[in-house]
Amino acid sequence: MCVAIPGKVIEIYEGESLIDFGKIKKRVNTFFIDNIQVGDYVLIHAGCAIEKVSEEEAIETMDIFKSISEELW
Amino acid sequence: MKYIDEFRNVDITQKLIEKINEKFQGENNNKFINIMEVCGTHTMSIYKNGIDKLLPKNINLLSGPGCPVCVTDISYIDTAIDLSKNINNIICTFSDMIRVPGSKSTLEKERSKGGNIINIYSPLDCIDIASKNKDKEVIFLGIGFETTIPVVGLTIKKAFNYEISNFSVYSSFKTMPKVMEKIILDENININGFICPGHVGSIIGNQPFHKLAKDYNLPMVMSGFEHMDIVYAIYRLCEMIENKEFKCENEYKRIVKEEGNKKTLNLMKEVFEISSSNWRGLGTIENTGLKINSKYINFDTKHKFNLKEKKTQISSQCLCAEILKGIKKPKDCKLFKTKCSPKNPMGACMVSREGTCANFYKYE
Amino acid sequence: MDRIMLSHGSGGEETHKLINELFYKYFKNDILLQQNDSSIINEIKGEIAITTDSFVINPIFFEGGDIGKLSVCGTINDLSMSGARPLYITVAFIIEEGLLISDLEKIVKSIADTASLAKVSIIAGDTKVVDKGRCDKIYINTTGVGVIDYSKSIDKTDIEVGDKIILSGTIGDHGISIMSQREYFQVENCIKSDCACLNELVENMLSTSNNIKIMRDPTRGGLATTLKEIVNTTNKSILINEASIKIKEDVRNFSEILGLDPLYIANEGKLICIVNGEDAPKVLKTMKENKLGKDASIIGEVINSDNANLYLKTELGATKILQMAQGEILPRIC
Repeated sequence: MCVAIPGKVIEIYEGESLIDFGKIKKRVNTFFIDNIQVGDYVLIHAGCAIEKVSEEEAIETMDIFKSISEELW
Repeated sequence: MKYIDEFRNVDITQKLIEKINEKFQGENNNKFINIMEVCGTHTMSIYKNGIDKLLPKNINLLSGPGCPVCVTDISYIDTAIDLSKNINNIICTFSDMIRVPGSKSTLEKERSKGGNIINIYSPLDCIDIASKNKDKEVIFLGIGFETTIPVVGLTIKKAFNYEISNFSVYSSFKTMPKVMEKIILDENININGFICPGHVGSIIGNQPFHKLAKDYNLPMVMSGFEHMDIVYAIYRLCEMIENKEFKCENEYKRIVKEEGNKKTLNLMKEVFEISSSNWRGLGTIENTGLKINSKYINFDTKHKFNLKEKKTQISSQCLCAEILKGIKKPKDCKLFKTKCSPKNPMGACMVSREGTCANFYKYE
Repeated sequence: MDRIMLSHGSGGEETHKLINELFYKYFKNDILLQQNDSSIINEIKGEIAITTDSFVINPIFFEGGDIGKLSVCGTINDLSMSGARPLYITVAFIIEEGLLISDLEKIVKSIADTASLAKVSIIAGDTKVVDKGRCDKIYINTTGVGVIDYSKSIDKTDIEVGDKIILSGTIGDHGISIMSQREYFQVENCIKSDCACLNELVENMLSTSNNIKIMRDPTRGGLATTLKEIVNTTNKSILINEASIKIKEDVRNFSEILGLDPLYIANEGKLICIVNGEDAPKVLKTMKENKLGKDASIIGEVINSDNANLYLKTELGATKILQMAQGEILPRIC
C-alpha cells in the first residue's frame, strides 16, 4: 500500500538530507533516522526517510534467494 | 537503483517460479493453496509482472484489504467533498484519492467546479501551504496505514511546534494486524498463508505478524516488493504450509527489523491513540484505527469543525466487500467492465491503482 | 513596456508594433510578409495533409524545450506520421495579460528556430490577449499543411500477422520531464523532454521501405494507449516485449518513486512504426543512423489471436493484456 523507494544519502542538513535515487536527487526529512551518514541508504516514503537499508541483510537475502533458486530438487 | 535492481533478477525469479511449479502443482484440482497479500503495492507488483499467470493453477493469490483508498468508507469521501465546497478551505490530498467515488461526486469533479483541491506528494508540504495561505484553512486528507501515519504525525507535531493554526488533518488511518485477524476468523474465507506487508513491517516490525501467525497457526512471510521477493515469499509459504511451520518468516530483513522503527512508533504514540475504524466491506473493527489524541486535538478536522459524518449506502451490486476479503474475484462482479471501469469507477477497488479490480482491468 | 497588455491584442497600433517588432523579426518569409488577410501559396502537387493542434502546457519553459518548440514539433510530427512532408504551419497565440514580453520573445524565437530546422515556413498567424486570469500565461494553436510525396500514403488498416513494431527510442521522457518540473515533486535536477521534430527521420524511413504500414507518435496516454488505439482500429492483435522497451534511468527512477508506469506516459519526440517482417531490419538500421532513432528497437509484432488485444510479455515471461489509459495519469503514494 505504500510506495517507498531506497535512495543514497549524499548530503546532510538539519533534519533533512539530499537523497540520490539514481540520477534523481531530492531533499527529504530524516527525523526518523538515527545517526544518518553520507553513503547510507534509506527507504523514502511520502517525503520522509522511514528506515535505513541494511547492506549486510540485503546481501544475505540475495544469497538465500540465489542458492534456493539453484538448488537441485 | 540499488536494492531494487538486484531483486529484479529475471533469471533467479524464473528459476524460483519453476521450482514452485515443480514442487507444488496440484493434480486433479486437489491441493489448493490460498495465499493472501494485504498490501496494494504487492497487488500491483504481482499483476504488473504477471506473477499470477506463471504460478500453477492450484495456487490462488488473493488480495486482501491492503489498499487504504479501497477500504476508506464512502461517507469519508462525501465529507471530504463537502469540505472542499467551502471557499475558505484548501484540501490537500494524495493523488490516490482524487478519483475515488463518493455517493455523488469525486474530488476531481469538485476541482473542475472550482474546489480548491491540491495534489501533494508529502503531508509535510501542507506546512508550507498553510504558511503561505494564512487566510485559508488547510485540510489534509489523512488516509493510509502505518507506513504513512508517522509522516502525518510528524507533520502535526511540526505544525504544533510552529504554532500553525490554519492546518488540520481529516483522518481515517487504519492499522494492519488486527484486520488480518478479522479475516482469519471469517469462516467464509480460507487462507492458508499470508504475504505480509513489508513497508508496514518497516514501521511496526515483524513481531506483530509473527504473534498472529503463532496464535492462529498460519504461515506468513514478510516480503519486499520486487518480483524476486514476492515469488520467494510464495515459494516459502508453500513449503511452510506443507511443513506446518507457523511463524512469520522475515524475508525483508534489509528493511524490516523484528521490533520495527522505534522512532516512528514513539512518534505515533505521541500524536495518536488507538481507536476503532470503519472498513469498507468489513464494517467497524475495534482497535484497527488511529485518531489524533487530546494533546494535538486542535489539528483534528473533525474536532475543529465539529463534523458529523454521514452514513451512506453503496450499490448492492458492487462486490468490493467480498473482493477485499478475497472471497470473490473481479470477474465475479456483474459491474466489472460493464458499468464499472477506471474511467467510471463504481467502487474504490476500481479507482485506486492498487485496487484489485483496477489491476485486473489494466493488466488482465 | 515589458509586459503584454490588452492593447497588444486589440488590432491597433500596439498590435502592429508587436507584429512588426517581434513576430516578423523571427518569422520572416515572403508568404508571411504579403501581410494580407490570407496568405497565398503556390499550388501543391499531390495529396495534401492538414492537421491542427493546441498547446497549453505548464510550465511553458522546461528542460529540453518550451511551449513554442512543442507547438511546432507536435504539428510537424502529426503530418509526418501520415507520411506527409511538412510544408507550412500557421501559429495562433492566446496570451494572458501580464506575460513578460521577454518570455514571449523566447517562445517566438523557439518557434522560428524549430520551424527553420524542420524546413517549414510559418505563413499565417494571429494574436489575442485576454484579461489576467482568463488563461494560463500562453496558449498556442498550430495548423500544419504537408504533401504526400511517396507513391503510397500510410494506410491505417492493412497490418498482417508477422509485421514488426519498431519504437524509435526511450519512452516516458516528456511526461516525466514535465512532472519533474512541477511543484508537486521538486527534484534538484531536471529530466529532459524528448521534444523533437521527426520529419527527417520519417523521410529516411520512407526512403528505405515501401512497406511501412502505420506510423504514430505516442503522445498523451503513452505507448500503450497508442498501440491499443491501433489494435482497436485494425482489429488485429499486437504483442510487445517488456524487455525490449528502453527507458532512461532518470525517467525510470522518477516513475518508481511516484508509482507511475512509463508505458502510459507522454512522449514528444518518438514514433512507432509497423512494417512488414522482411523490411523491418533495414528500416531499423536506417532509424539507428539518425540521432533521433539511435535507440530504436523492434519491440513486438502483430500476432494471431481470437480477440483483438494488446498483449505485453513481461520480463518474467508472462503474457497479459494491456488497456488504454483512462483518466489523468496520477502518481500514487499509498
